[in-house]
Amino acid sequence: MDNHPHHPDISSDMWQQIDRVIAAHRDAPGALIAVLRECQNVVGYLPIELMDYISEGLNIPRSDVFGVASFYALFSMTPRGRHMVKICMGTACYVKRIKEVLNRIRNNYDLEEGGTTEDRRFSLEAVRCLGACGLAPVMVVDADTHGDVSSDKVIDILERYE
Amino acid sequence: MAKIAAADLERIRDAKAQEASFQDRIYCMICGGTGCHATGSIGVKEALEKEIVEKQLSEKVKIVETGCNGFCAMGPILVVQPEGIFYQKLSVEDIPELVESHLIGRKPVERLLYKDPVSKKRIEKQDDIPFFAHQKPIALRNKGLIDPEQIDDYIAKDGYFGAAKALFELTPQQIVEEVKTSGMRGRGGAGFPTGLKWQFCQASPGEIKYVLCNADEGDPGAFMDRSILEADPHAVMEGMIIAARAIDAHQGYIYARTEYPLAIRRLGIAIEQAKEYGLLGTDILGSGFDFDIEIYQGAGAFVCGEETALMRSIEGKRGMPRPRPPFPAHKGLWEKPSVLNNVETLANIGQIIRKGGKWYAGMGTETSKGTKVFALSGDVNNIGLVEVPMGTSLRKLIFDIGGGIPKKKKFKAVQLGGPSGGCVPEEHLDTPVDYEAIAKVGAIMGSGGVIIMDEDTCMVDMARFFMDFIQDESCGKCTPCREGTRRLLQILEKISEGRGEPGDIETMEALSEVIKESALCGLGQTGPNPVLSTLRYFRDEYEAHIYEKRCPAKRCVALLEFRIDPDICTSCGACFRACPAEAIAWKKKEPARIDKEKCIKCLTCFEKCKFGAIF
Repeated sequence: MDNHPHHPDISSDMWQQIDRVIAAHRDAPGALIAVLRECQNVVGYLPIELMDYISEGLNIPRSDVFGVASFYALFSMTPRGRHMVKICMGTACYVKRIKEVLNRIRNNYDLEEGGTTEDRRFSLEAVRCLGACGLAPVMVVDADTHGDVSSDKVIDILERYE
Repeated sequence: MAKIAAADLERIRDAKAQEASFQDRIYCMICGGTGCHATGSIGVKEALEKEIVEKQLSEKVKIVETGCNGFCAMGPILVVQPEGIFYQKLSVEDIPELVESHLIGRKPVERLLYKDPVSKKRIEKQDDIPFFAHQKPIALRNKGLIDPEQIDDYIAKDGYFGAAKALFELTPQQIVEEVKTSGMRGRGGAGFPTGLKWQFCQASPGEIKYVLCNADEGDPGAFMDRSILEADPHAVMEGMIIAARAIDAHQGYIYARTEYPLAIRRLGIAIEQAKEYGLLGTDILGSGFDFDIEIYQGAGAFVCGEETALMRSIEGKRGMPRPRPPFPAHKGLWEKPSVLNNVETLANIGQIIRKGGKWYAGMGTETSKGTKVFALSGDVNNIGLVEVPMGTSLRKLIFDIGGGIPKKKKFKAVQLGGPSGGCVPEEHLDTPVDYEAIAKVGAIMGSGGVIIMDEDTCMVDMARFFMDFIQDESCGKCTPCREGTRRLLQILEKISEGRGEPGDIETMEALSEVIKESALCGLGQTGPNPVLSTLRYFRDEYEAHIYEKRCPAKRCVALLEFRIDPDICTSCGACFRACPAEAIAWKKKEPARIDKEKCIKCLTCFEKCKFGAIF
């Protein structure tokens, strides 16, 4: 019998992967961040039901799990779009006018930082320095790094992602 | 691979000697750093491999994917050894010509060489390019010269000989003395003497101790740690082994930023290879000393670069700092004595032990010894990583090595030390890079980010940008930082939106002093620096914003009119073509006009106008 909580975004296959993650870290001290990371990789984000499940699995208070998940920028508690658009807000990119690039994206897709388009096509995030300052201004879409993006080029680049 | 003994290091090095000095064939060293990967170096490498097989050159030519070369803006980069011919911005289409002309015909392809932005001449050899010629690589000595995924390549460059010396020839006390003699100070930002840090931890009683490596490179505009980890991961690990021997620790952690996947992957490979050789694990090189390293991935919190916060994070908790004392040398990770060093610091240690502290102390200034890696970025021609002796002037760094400011713009300021650093204007450009000298002009050495800003940068906007960063990254534990930085940000936003009032500057100054005095950790204590240093040198810009409701650099949207001056407009049409909102009306020979109804205030036209006709 499947005794996992019900959640529309978590399939039974995902639950099994989550169980493996928890089992692998159960007795290791300080494993909470690693567990949250791996579970987020499975599901795409951290729904509250999943955090509760992790709390029980690791025998850590729910408040601690939520405290850690809300502290670190890596963790998201809301669903994300098909394509993750990360805009580098490092100083080098800022000096090279990333703000204008960000404004173009906002205007064009009616999208706020941290938000997702209604059709779940894009999620937009303004992130900390990606360490690719040589390519500033930088935008990362999924796993692709785009360097030297300007406000007049950025929409063309994004339109390639369906 | 089997476990090796100390004598085997020499055997491996000697067997690789010819290869390491590129004597036995032609070597194509293709840059595989994050920057070059993004500009397509993997495709270039594959094309090169294919072409070499097709032209039956496999015996004569070897392709090596190296770590970051440092000259990131020029990627993809290929250096052909042994001559050291430097090719830049390569594409897959360039490869057949390059192979035919250079690798077969021995004639470098002129059009793919570096072009000096000043003399407009092509330069063949990497060492002759000013960007490289003024450098003195120590922490970065192996960049572009080895395959970071091959431990033998590192050993061939005298790698792990420092660790062997520390294990067999020196006592822990002697190791500490050697590091103290070198004058090495922490390269992560604070500049605390490394030898002293080790001494405190050595003296601290305890069965279990830890060596930690801080690879949570958070300062925007700093990417030297990423580069070192990608290009030479073993150098960092060797430094950790030596530190472990000095304080008698048997477990180490590398706390790495999750935003650096390539660095983490290469570190993982390096750790595996070191384990197979017995350079990590039990009985290292037959010395009887045990030490192991684990990678711990951060989860995106700037404050975790602070030592006590980093340790809390490894423990799986919210990464919040705690008051010191007790210092980590007494109570660190899991309450055990711990030493935490930055990536760049550790990358120097192997050589300091091998060549002696005196050798290292022979470079630099009175109080700042050795070399420092800087990441040049922003409005500068040669963007990338450079390593120079301490004492080099900022002017040399920006104009000789960095090649000056692009597009004939004027230099305005250089921002040093990350978000909690400061801006240095033109008049102080002859300041040498030295911990004390930089502090005197109101900035900090920090981790080595050097962001150059041209005349189009608004300093109020920059201060607002940094304060936005700091208040967002403030962990919220202590009130001065949590509330104080937020209040500073509110005032800065007010000023840049044209609602500044008399008294704002004075309020910010008073508030900044309070935050500096009372915040718990380094983040808060240095948090107001961006405000204070811009006020120190660019007070007139603040005043223009507050009293005249004017942004001299034309960057603060709320203070702009979005109006084209018909007397200055040359009717070139550049703004018209660039406008994404079709808000600009323009005909040949007539000045352009902006339709304010349609304008989305994106500033694209300001960027495109070469004549400054838009207000």
